[in-house]
Amino acid sequence: MDMSAATRMEAERSAPVTAQGLPAKVVARDVNVFYGEKHALKHVDVDIPDRGVTAFIGPSGCGKSTFLRCINRMNDTIASCKVTGKITIDNRDIYDPSLDVVQLRARVGMVFQKPNPFPKSIFDNVAYGPKIHGLARTKSELEAIVTASLEKAGLWSEVKDRLGDSGTGLSGGQQQRLCIARAIAVNPDVILMDEPCSALDPIATAKVETLIDELRANYCIIIVTHSMQQAARVSQRTAFFHLGTLVEEGPTERIFSTPRDQRTQDYITGRTG
Amino acid sequence: MNDHIVKSYDAEFKELDRLTAHMGGLAEKLLADAFAALERRDPNLAAATIASDKSIDTLELQVQERAILMIAKRQPIANDLRHIMTVLKITSDLERIGDLAKNIAKRALAVSGEAHPKPLMNGLRHMTELAMRQLKDALDALSSRDAGKAREVWHRDAGLDALYNSVFRELLTYMMEDPRNIGLCTHLLFGAKNIERIGDHTTNIAENVLYLVDGVAMTEERPKGDDTSSMVMSARTS
Repeated sequence: MDMSAATRMEAERSAPVTAQGLPAKVVARDVNVFYGEKHALKHVDVDIPDRGVTAFIGPSGCGKSTFLRCINRMNDTIASCKVTGKITIDNRDIYDPSLDVVQLRARVGMVFQKPNPFPKSIFDNVAYGPKIHGLARTKSELEAIVTASLEKAGLWSEVKDRLGDSGTGLSGGQQQRLCIARAIAVNPDVILMDEPCSALDPIATAKVETLIDELRANYCIIIVTHSMQQAARVSQRTAFFHLGTLVEEGPTERIFSTPRDQRTQDYITGRTG
Repeated sequence: MNDHIVKSYDAEFKELDRLTAHMGGLAEKLLADAFAALERRDPNLAAATIASDKSIDTLELQVQERAILMIAKRQPIANDLRHIMTVLKITSDLERIGDLAKNIAKRALAVSGEAHPKPLMNGLRHMTELAMRQLKDALDALSSRDAGKAREVWHRDAGLDALYNSVFRELLTYMMEDPRNIGLCTHLLFGAKNIERIGDHTTNIAENVLYLVDGVAMTEERPKGDDTSSMVMSARTS
């Protein structure tokens, strides 16, 4: 065995690996979230693989969005919120005080329930992130990033002739794909999606789901969804949250065919628990 | 099992189970009547049995329509989806059992004019009794979601196969003894084969009950006891 192979194997051994043998991108250990006195998220341990889609499901108020917001430290913006435990991305502790939160949020993009394009042109919506992070030195580099991002988001052919038009003038589905283009323009590793299709019609939903399926080859995607069918369609792994705890996590096929926990079964089949 | 939040969803499952149980009951009766018609050489019973197979076919279609509608309306997952899929498969087995029983009744019509030496029917009666017990247990296992009982049914099918082997030999012997028996014995041989096939469909039902209860498809090799395909008997020349 040559030296580099041995070194590589050593590195692989020390890196967290998910049950499927995929390298874990995001690793959470004993994560707790408190909103004032309320213990909103309890002792969450999970390994989220790279280059795949992980779905977070669970009833409203179960903690899934709270946990999602821990991964790019969005909860920092809430004064009463306290997060304990450890979350790493690529083995780096994201709650390390020396870490630049702005840089973190560039690496961990987020797409929200309601499309929220800036009241700017389509071009500027996508160019905004690369500009503030200094990713483009010249105008043509910036144009290249905008074009590539819109192409990856499957929106390029629909907007290429009207890049100067306002982003808010697009249809709901187009706006959501614009937000995805905006998220990927800054070269993130992780994309968080909080119910990205709940405000979209079935056609726009199908387009966003197709996009998610394409993006998973290059990104670690985590999606919160209330649609069981959507979780089953787009994700490879599913985590079920209930009353602030992570009840069960595993391959999506298994979770939706033979869940192990009664609470998971009751929730996904629409039973009273 | 907890109830669904949507009450009408539970009602749909109940109706699906009721139709399946009804089909099961009809299949049991069809097999019992078909054999009785054969044993008693009763053409009227045979004709009534043949006609009653239609109700099983109608029920199967009803189950199918309801199941498809449920899938479209409810988008079932996990045990709900298994429930619907197993019901579809089980009712298709019950429909086949009905067909096979009907086939026995048809043979009863064909041989109703011929005299049956009594011992000739003994083997077939044993086979029918065992097949009836298997079917009853499989249907009980389904209605009570009893994996243990389903497993017993699954293991016992080899017994029916063994019985079929001995009936096969016995009928061949009768044919060799007296060529005038050949017509009757051939019909009885097909009847025995049909009962053996009913046993196989019953085993399918048991496998589907196991899948429904445990969520794991049965991959074990079935215990097989039917050797008739390789059985050779030569007529004595002396």
